[in-house]
Amino acid sequence: MPEGLVRILRPDGKVEKGQKVPSINPKDLIHLYRVMLLNRRVDERMTTLQRQGRIGFYIGSVGEEAAIIGSAFALEEKDWIIPCYRELGAALLRGFSLFEFCCQLFGNAQDSIKGRQMPNHYASAKLRFGSISSPVGNQIPYATGIGLAARLRGTAEAVLVYFGEGATSEGDFHVAVNFAGVYKTPTIFLCRNNQWAISMPRELQTASKSIAIKAKAYGIEGVQVDGNDIFGVYSVTREAVDRARRGEGPTLIEAVTYRLGAHSTSDDPRAYRDDEEVEGWKEKDPLCRFKLYLMAEGHWGEEKDAYLEEEIKNEIQAALKKSERIGPPSIDTMFEDVLDRVPWHLKEQLEELRRVQELDAVQQEA
Amino acid sequence: MPTMNIIQAVNDALRTEMRRDDRVVILGQDVGKFGGVFRATQGLFEEFGPNRVLDTPLAEAGIIGSAIGMALYGLRPVPEIQFADFIYPAFDQIVNEASKMRYRSGGQYACPMVIRTPCGGGIRGGHYHSQSPEAYFIHTPGLKVVMPSNPSDAKGLLSASIRDDNPVIFLEPKRLYRAARGEVPEGEYVVELGKAKVVREGDDVTIVTYGAVVHTTLQAAEKAAQEDGISVEIIDLRTLLPYDIDTILISVMKTGRVLIAHEAAKMCGFGAELSATLNEKALLHLQAPILRVTGFDIPFPYTFEHEYLPNEKRLRKALQDSINF
Ligand SMILES: Cc1ncc(C[n+]2csc(CCOP(=O)(O)OP(=O)(O)O)c2C)c(N)n1
Ligand SMILES: [Mg+2]
Repeated sequence: MPEGLVRILRPDGKVEKGQKVPSINPKDLIHLYRVMLLNRRVDERMTTLQRQGRIGFYIGSVGEEAAIIGSAFALEEKDWIIPCYRELGAALLRGFSLFEFCCQLFGNAQDSIKGRQMPNHYASAKLRFGSISSPVGNQIPYATGIGLAARLRGTAEAVLVYFGEGATSEGDFHVAVNFAGVYKTPTIFLCRNNQWAISMPRELQTASKSIAIKAKAYGIEGVQVDGNDIFGVYSVTREAVDRARRGEGPTLIEAVTYRLGAHSTSDDPRAYRDDEEVEGWKEKDPLCRFKLYLMAEGHWGEEKDAYLEEEIKNEIQAALKKSERIGPPSIDTMFEDVLDRVPWHLKEQLEELRRVQELDAVQQEA
Repeated sequence: MPTMNIIQAVNDALRTEMRRDDRVVILGQDVGKFGGVFRATQGLFEEFGPNRVLDTPLAEAGIIGSAIGMALYGLRPVPEIQFADFIYPAFDQIVNEASKMRYRSGGQYACPMVIRTPCGGGIRGGHYHSQSPEAYFIHTPGLKVVMPSNPSDAKGLLSASIRDDNPVIFLEPKRLYRAARGEVPEGEYVVELGKAKVVREGDDVTIVTYGAVVHTTLQAAEKAAQEDGISVEIIDLRTLLPYDIDTILISVMKTGRVLIAHEAAKMCGFGAELSATLNEKALLHLQAPILRVTGFDIPFPYTFEHEYLPNEKRLRKALQDSINF
């Protein structure tokens, strides 16, 4: 893995001197751009929806789309994605439908996780996309474990696990990377260093010069990449995946990016960071950069862009319209999946709940 | 007396105790300049500076481990865990270190510290922003466990906890943070740990409860009085360990009927302990089985959180069941 920060696409959309753009066919390039734009517009729309009180919460990834989508693009279908809570772009790239996503936001009867978790905490076993957990860093050790299982079975599948730079302070991060180093698991640890963990700046998380450098101490490969450069992120992840498949072990990738928005809809970053800093990073926006490149190469134009914007707007609108009118799951589902079968005490508790609800219904009729 | 909500009362207690005792130090995620995600430590960084209010890296084991070290050194740390749901990375430090330090060193070392953490549901937080983990800590010898239900108790109990020479788990019901308002004494104010409060007097059934559910039981008791003719006495435990057995027994001997209500799951919840103890100590005074109205034995759900939480309907049904036994 190269030393220093890897960058292929500059903020102005031009290719960095001496760097080569990875070979991706134009159709895939446009698809990548589409998913990035969709991700951005979904985040904006759902944040508004939360403000209107139509969903309870939302957490997005504005500014971090290249780090998320560029890395996921380096995988094959058989590989695993173990997400943090900002990886909608990776899910969409895998084919997770907007309708399914919206159903989860509403926690309705067609939500594939049956209304059990907060918005943005979906899962898709079918897509080998992990179940999202809120506790920071919890997913990292089991990404090592999935990699270990794949290695033991000799399947050449890779595992890509996402987390923020804040998560590298948790013990779970260190445990996971250490195990991965010892067992040479095919795990790619992708740290989205977006500079902030709620109100805590990157400098307060670690005295290390970088996140990537931490790989050295665990005897694994580490690399730092411009996380707003989709080509750079794709290239280093691709190399890490290839190494993983060859049995050469794990890689820690630090994607240097920026959380342009609030931490979540519960947060107001004006209380702890300067607008100036945010404005500076807006100039490095991953989406603008990619668009400039696509236009310069003749793959894209403003007319097509306007058409795509319209298409995406309608797509989001349609998914929302269809999902918002679906009611809640049936009350029985509340007691399912605690264990593989519903034990006696939960059956009793469901009965207790039903009796109270029936009583209530009778009283309301009277 | 000024009127405050619980956040303001907690902030007031922290400020007052920090002014009184320079050994009191706060540490946690986002607690400094930002003042905490719930704003409980707002203004403290400005008043006391970075040596008294420390922003920490994102690691609960680090926060509690460091706090234990500070306590051993002679400080009085008040670490904040951002949500009780995220206390588990520090579980080992709490259960194996803080709680056992005094006992295992033959009383040579102590760990006076207060771990503040928001708990409970009702804020659309799903599994990971709604948990009520008090039973794990009550089960662990060597800890005190406290949960206030209103602003003045929040101030008085937190001050008492900071002055206490033991590790205290101080659970703050977050759905009351801004919802519960009331008068709070100014200046130094202490509510003795280990003392429950009878928040409603009645003759027919005793409800033993704590935290946010106190408010739900008060509403249910009002309805039960008006519509079902049941007179309910309600005890707010306030300190869960060591809990105030005397106040409970006095009430149970009067009413002969007991209902225990909490938001945490039923299985091995604190209600199980209270029920067993009352069976041992007051069986012949009981006229009906001790009933529990609690969260169900499932992970805290999202869509059905109001079905999950003990609500007025379930409480009234249980009161009737107790009376009609
Ligand atoms: C164990 C744990 N502690 C605290 C929190 C509260 N919390 C949620 S996100 C967050 C910051 C995470 O920062 P980072 O890892 O950098 O990821 P980012 O949100 O920036 O993507 C915190 C402190 C949590 N969810 N889990
Ligand atoms: Mg971050």
